[in-house]
Amino acid sequence: MNKNARVAILIIFTSLLVFNIFGIQRFPKPEFESGYSQPETQVPSPRGAIFEYLDLAVFIGCLSLISWLVIKKRSRKGVFWLSIFSLLYFGFYRKGCICPVGSLQNISMALFNPEYSLPITAIAFFVLPLGFTLFFGRTFCAGVCPLGAIQDIFAFRPVSLKSWVQSLLGLIPFIYLGLAVLFAATGTDFIVCRYDPFVGFFRHNASFMMFAIGGILLLISVFIARPYCRFLCPYGVLLNLVSRFSKKHLSIAPSKCISCRLCEDACPFGAIDKPTGAKNKEQSNVLVKRLILYCLITPLLMGVCGWTASKYHESFAKVNFKVRLANEIMLSAKTETAQPALEVTTFRASGKAVEKLYAEAARIVDRFYIGSWFLGGFIGLVFGLTLARFTLVQYRTEYTTNKGTCFSCARCVDYCPVKE
Amino acid sequence: MDDKKQIKRREFINTGVRIGIGVGLGAIGVVLSTRTLSGKSVWQIDPAKCVQCGKCATSCVLEQSAVKCVHVIEMCGYCDLCGGYLRPETKELNTAAESQLCPTAAIARKFVEEPFFEYHIIEELCIGCGKCVKGCGAFGNGSLQLQVQHKLCVNCNQCAIARVCPSEAFSRVPATAPYLLKGFENKK
Repeated sequence: MNKNARVAILIIFTSLLVFNIFGIQRFPKPEFESGYSQPETQVPSPRGAIFEYLDLAVFIGCLSLISWLVIKKRSRKGVFWLSIFSLLYFGFYRKGCICPVGSLQNISMALFNPEYSLPITAIAFFVLPLGFTLFFGRTFCAGVCPLGAIQDIFAFRPVSLKSWVQSLLGLIPFIYLGLAVLFAATGTDFIVCRYDPFVGFFRHNASFMMFAIGGILLLISVFIARPYCRFLCPYGVLLNLVSRFSKKHLSIAPSKCISCRLCEDACPFGAIDKPTGAKNKEQSNVLVKRLILYCLITPLLMGVCGWTASKYHESFAKVNFKVRLANEIMLSAKTETAQPALEVTTFRASGKAVEKLYAEAARIVDRFYIGSWFLGGFIGLVFGLTLARFTLVQYRTEYTTNKGTCFSCARCVDYCPVKE
Repeated sequence: MDDKKQIKRREFINTGVRIGIGVGLGAIGVVLSTRTLSGKSVWQIDPAKCVQCGKCATSCVLEQSAVKCVHVIEMCGYCDLCGGYLRPETKELNTAAESQLCPTAAIARKFVEEPFFEYHIIEELCIGCGKCVKGCGAFGNGSLQLQVQHKLCVNCNQCAIARVCPSEAFSRVPATAPYLLKGFENKK
């Protein structure tokens, strides 16, 4: 009896759903006698695709202009005003989407998911700043990135951080980058976009949480200039690495540095390398030994970190919608009394095969397993190389910009008394 | 002399790495550009998959959700007892509270002739909760459908509603056919 009733309910339920899916016209359109004329359904059209290419043109224009301002003109004023323009255009007018920082996720998703087709602007926004950085240093950070610009104008009272603090916090972007690539490559989520702290200001609209995080970061940037750029931005990692090999780069002095020390505290980002003392033979022997040790430790670190991360691959995988759904369906199949989640009932009503979902979820979990090994290995490599880097001492006789961390903001240029 | 040699070596390495990175970037660009969309794409809801869970109203990154109800008037049956306008189980209108299905009173109806009514959505009030869509789909023609309004949508890289949608009804569609309405021709 009970079973029959259940079957009857099921039939009624599914028939209702079938009606719903095929949208059967239950009530035909009436034939009006009062001369009523039917209005038309109105739907607003999206912003035209042509504007997308306009954005791209503005982007390329800004990149060219900022590189010229930094390398040739050496004008802090010019950099500042261009960064204001970028903040207004890419930030407040275009509402911060799409930006190169987020585009790295589109790229990694496209690289690992052949079925994902990405917009051409995403490729351009990813490749162009890196290309410009390869030739001119991180000029993109100086005046085109709206996220950088909004922090830069708040840098009123920058304090200089101890170099070990900088190095330690500087590891966070690598981990963030690794996680962002892991989640994007598995087609799970775009965490960089999700936790973009300033996009809420650009849209005048965000959850309280994101406003709070953005506000706190802006407050911090009064004292620690550009905290997001230096200690969070995952795209900055790529720019940092590429910029080290750049063909040209902003130099503090236009010609020979006279070591007057005027620029010593000019950089709010701690990106000016001071001259070092003369070479010390004994010390360098110790350092070479240490370097060899760290180089031997690095693979070990990679292994340990990879193994540790792979232990958490199931927790990472739970962020994925399909994996979570499969888990919940498995759970609700075991405990029948519990009220199943909305996702579960929706899935059951859709009539898709559970086995297929399970198989797909298992495949995603497998990808997370491999991915988390790579993530851990990458983090281990970064740790190892960071340690090894401390043993490498570059001998300098001049004040120079650190090509990796310098944002090419050209503040130091104004401090330099050498003008020719 | 020794210094000069070292600088030369460093420059050589730098140039080599630079060319390597350049080639790599170019390769990524070229490989991926074969897989790009021909044009712009926007987020949209497939009404056939939508289950009207109500998350569209709360999960959008905008305070006022970009998802709104669209009334495909060509499909409407002009019902007197509208499942999208009146509370469920309403048989007759006698308490003046039957028309409070919509939490923001965003559906208005206008008498046309006995026994037909014309319905329209007041877009400024609609929050995209889908209560009317559910009612209309269950008892009527399904002419009320939830859609992303492209005037409001900021076209996030990853849609915050798509992330929580229980029925995976969100997808990117070409900007040339930005609406997925049932029973209605897509117009530019």
